[in-house]
Amino acid sequence: MTENIPSLSEERISYLEGLVSKARTAAAVFTQYTQEDVDRIVKPMVLAGLAQAQYLASLAIEETKLGVLEDKAIKNMVATEFVYNYVKDKPTVGVIREFPERGLVEVAEPIGVIFSLTPITNPTSTVLFKCIMAIKTRNAVIFSPHPSAWKCCHEAVRIMYETALKCGAPEGVFTCLESHTLQDNAYLMRHKDVGLIDATGGPGAVKAAYSSGKPALGVGPGNTPVYLEKTADLDMAVVDIITSKTFDNGTICASEQTVVIDDEIYDVVLKKFAELGAHICNEKETELLGRTVIDPNTGFMQPMAVGQKATRIARFVGIPVKPKTKLLIAPIAGVGREYPLSAEKLFPVLAVCRAKSVDHALKLCVDVNHAGGLGHTAVVFSSNEEVVRKFSEVINAGRIIVNSPGSIGALGGVYNDMVPTFSFGCGTGGGNSTTDNVNVYHYLNIKRVARRTQAHMWFRVPNQIYFNMNAVENLRQFQSRSTLIVTNPALEQFGHLDIVRRQIPSQTAVRVLVIPDAEPEVKVVMQGVEALESIKADQIVALGGGSVIDAAKIMKLKYESPDADLEELAAPFLDLRKRVVQYPTEKVNRARLIAISTTSGTGSEVTPFAVLSDKDRGRKVTLADYSLAPDVAIVDPQFVMSMPKGLTVDTGIDCMTHALEAAVSIYASPYTDSNAMQAIRLVFKYLPIAVENPRDEEARSMMHNAACIAAIAFSNASVGVNHALAHAFGARFGVPHGKANALMLPHVIAYNASVPTKFMPSPNQRAYVAHKKYATIADLLGLGGHTIEEKVNNLVAATQQLLDQLGVPGSIAELGISKEDFERAIPDLVKNAFDDPSWRSNPRMPLVSELVELFWSAYHGRSLAKVASASHQHSA
Amino acid sequence: MTMATNAAWLERNTTSVTHMLQDAVQKLDDAENELVLDFSSITRIDASALKVLEELATKAEAKHVSLVLRNPNVNVYKVLKLMRLSHRFSVQP
Repeated sequence: MTENIPSLSEERISYLEGLVSKARTAAAVFTQYTQEDVDRIVKPMVLAGLAQAQYLASLAIEETKLGVLEDKAIKNMVATEFVYNYVKDKPTVGVIREFPERGLVEVAEPIGVIFSLTPITNPTSTVLFKCIMAIKTRNAVIFSPHPSAWKCCHEAVRIMYETALKCGAPEGVFTCLESHTLQDNAYLMRHKDVGLIDATGGPGAVKAAYSSGKPALGVGPGNTPVYLEKTADLDMAVVDIITSKTFDNGTICASEQTVVIDDEIYDVVLKKFAELGAHICNEKETELLGRTVIDPNTGFMQPMAVGQKATRIARFVGIPVKPKTKLLIAPIAGVGREYPLSAEKLFPVLAVCRAKSVDHALKLCVDVNHAGGLGHTAVVFSSNEEVVRKFSEVINAGRIIVNSPGSIGALGGVYNDMVPTFSFGCGTGGGNSTTDNVNVYHYLNIKRVARRTQAHMWFRVPNQIYFNMNAVENLRQFQSRSTLIVTNPALEQFGHLDIVRRQIPSQTAVRVLVIPDAEPEVKVVMQGVEALESIKADQIVALGGGSVIDAAKIMKLKYESPDADLEELAAPFLDLRKRVVQYPTEKVNRARLIAISTTSGTGSEVTPFAVLSDKDRGRKVTLADYSLAPDVAIVDPQFVMSMPKGLTVDTGIDCMTHALEAAVSIYASPYTDSNAMQAIRLVFKYLPIAVENPRDEEARSMMHNAACIAAIAFSNASVGVNHALAHAFGARFGVPHGKANALMLPHVIAYNASVPTKFMPSPNQRAYVAHKKYATIADLLGLGGHTIEEKVNNLVAATQQLLDQLGVPGSIAELGISKEDFERAIPDLVKNAFDDPSWRSNPRMPLVSELVELFWSAYHGRSLAKVASASHQHSA
Repeated sequence: MTMATNAAWLERNTTSVTHMLQDAVQKLDDAENELVLDFSSITRIDASALKVLEELATKAEAKHVSLVLRNPNVNVYKVLKLMRLSHRFSVQP
């Protein structure tokens, strides 16, 4: 039972409950009907409505004393024929729309019981319209007609119900309150079994509906402004306005209220109105009319004038007019309470206002729009598209009717292709939830069936990679007028710069820029851009490790696109395809970037990343875009033969971490797997040899390739939580990147191989596979083991062993960092690790508490790293 | 006892299910613990059948007889849910 409303008798409540119960049963039974079933019922209803259109119109006229018989009959026909024409082929049961390319399907669910208020102005047409919509959507309706239109509405409901029932509709699908009070309406609006209130009525009824706490469809009050602009077809405009404003004696709330006319055509237009049967009021008549048909206390129209003929109103007011006068036209000088006739007038009285310019006209129309007509309807007559565009921009109306009648235009389907309706949504401006012409889709709960889609993946690499000893000789094939070589002091000293210079064709002008061996700052980048500008370079050769190559990438970006805003381009993103910022595509210069790597770790020669140091703000920013990737990569081991042991270890572990993280990333693909797995194999085989025997050409060569191959993998699959931890820890304690990675690595493998506390959302992954991927790597390395768990543990052990062999400290504690210092650092470390974007491609989502645990595990030592056992997960 | 209602509901012929349910109301007098209604061949249910089902549930509850609905199709089951009737029956899949 619904809350008891004291003023209703037990008997009345029982009557209302009976109506709801009937409707609820009908709605429940209706859910079993198919599309064919409802369509079989709808058509005979439409035919019955058409057959009775004139009869119902005469009942409405007789009871309401409003409007015009012929027009009411037409409205009944629009409500049946035009609405049927719109709905007949529309699916409203089961699947109603499909979007195969998006994997989306919309399925209809009926609302159930609809409590519907219908107005005095369009009584029977609204009932016919709503009955057709309800059957088409398998809903039951309890009607509550306007008290002064009860009999005709009751008859309309009866005709619809009997026809529907005869064609198989559920018993009780339509009921109509036998007389009612506001308390009845309040009771039903709050009834728990009423699913939706469809309130087509005055502001009071609509407000009551929206205040009930139920989902409601409402209509708003109108005050339709019309702009008659000088380029309009004036004959057509005048006929349209008269047709519309006199239609059913102006009772349609979308009908024209104030016509704003350009000064140049004002007199001509009034003359045309007069010629076609309008009476143009003089100043005194306008004043008298305003005082009589508009309530001076409220500013609203007097109900006695609603839907009356122009001659009757004129007689009542005391204005002498010709016997066949269709319309009273009242010139007003402005809009607002001091001009009473600028308000809504649902009768054939039309205000006109002279405008000095388009701008003035638009302002007057905005005034009318805001004087009680927000969200409803507006009309513009113009052949100037710019005027129409501007009008539709500044006027807040759900329906903006162009070069056609407002009232019949707003109904839809006659003068335009809008959805036919008898209920105009007026948006928030009119206190409604929609600006739509209410239609069948508002009588449905639309369920979206969303199928899993796979994100498009990619695999992008520089189109030219030259490798093996003396690969640098390939520089000769690149034609260049002017080349800038970017390098650092050590490489100049080692003679590497000379080797490179010798390979550049003699006709090429060469300039060398030596930059510090550190992550590049903006200042350094701008020096590079200046150098590029000064020689109008068409080629950049970056010779160095990650920092030199990164610097060259950013120099190229700023040289080619000087307006590129590095700060903005470094904005964080979750998905490369949906990122907010876009890298510039317009270029003022073009330069080929050739990257020659002199370390075997970062793989910057093929990656789309560049790290920029912002010392002023004490931070680093990472730029990421495939446009940053070098055009040509040269992986020539001669430049790493003399790499010191420490650097060999650090960069080698960096390479291994790239490959291990790319292998289990949520963006891993068969393309990246092949690179990641090969890189891991090469590192395990050749890194110890390269460290032990730095002059071993094969080991150096293979490690140099491994770094590049691993970089290809992580350029496309990204890295993971190991990098997030290492970035935070390395920055805080000044530990080189490779070593910082090494301290975390066994713990992260064990962590990722365990059952996640929190899975990482990833449409491309159908199952959690990180542990299986690690097992595959263990197999590739020939580590043995029978179960996945054994294999993963063997990989952890092999990693620990390799790091031991390379002489990497076993724990953070071994670096001499005290427990107290580390404990103090933990909050910042965790915060910075969590802020680091690297983990967003990690297979499991790290909780903050897990980041703390990982840091402490790394502090205590890698020998403790072990996969958390979960037999259900690790069965082979 | 078991009362099977084998005839499927035919379009615009709602009487068969209702009649069978009315029979069940009569048979309730003889039932002791349980009355099984076989819904497996019933494709749809209408307002009059729902009315009799409700009556049946009320009588069965008074007599402490358990009402079993055997295998109603999901559309019929949904109607019983919407009518808040399903909990008054033991619905067997």
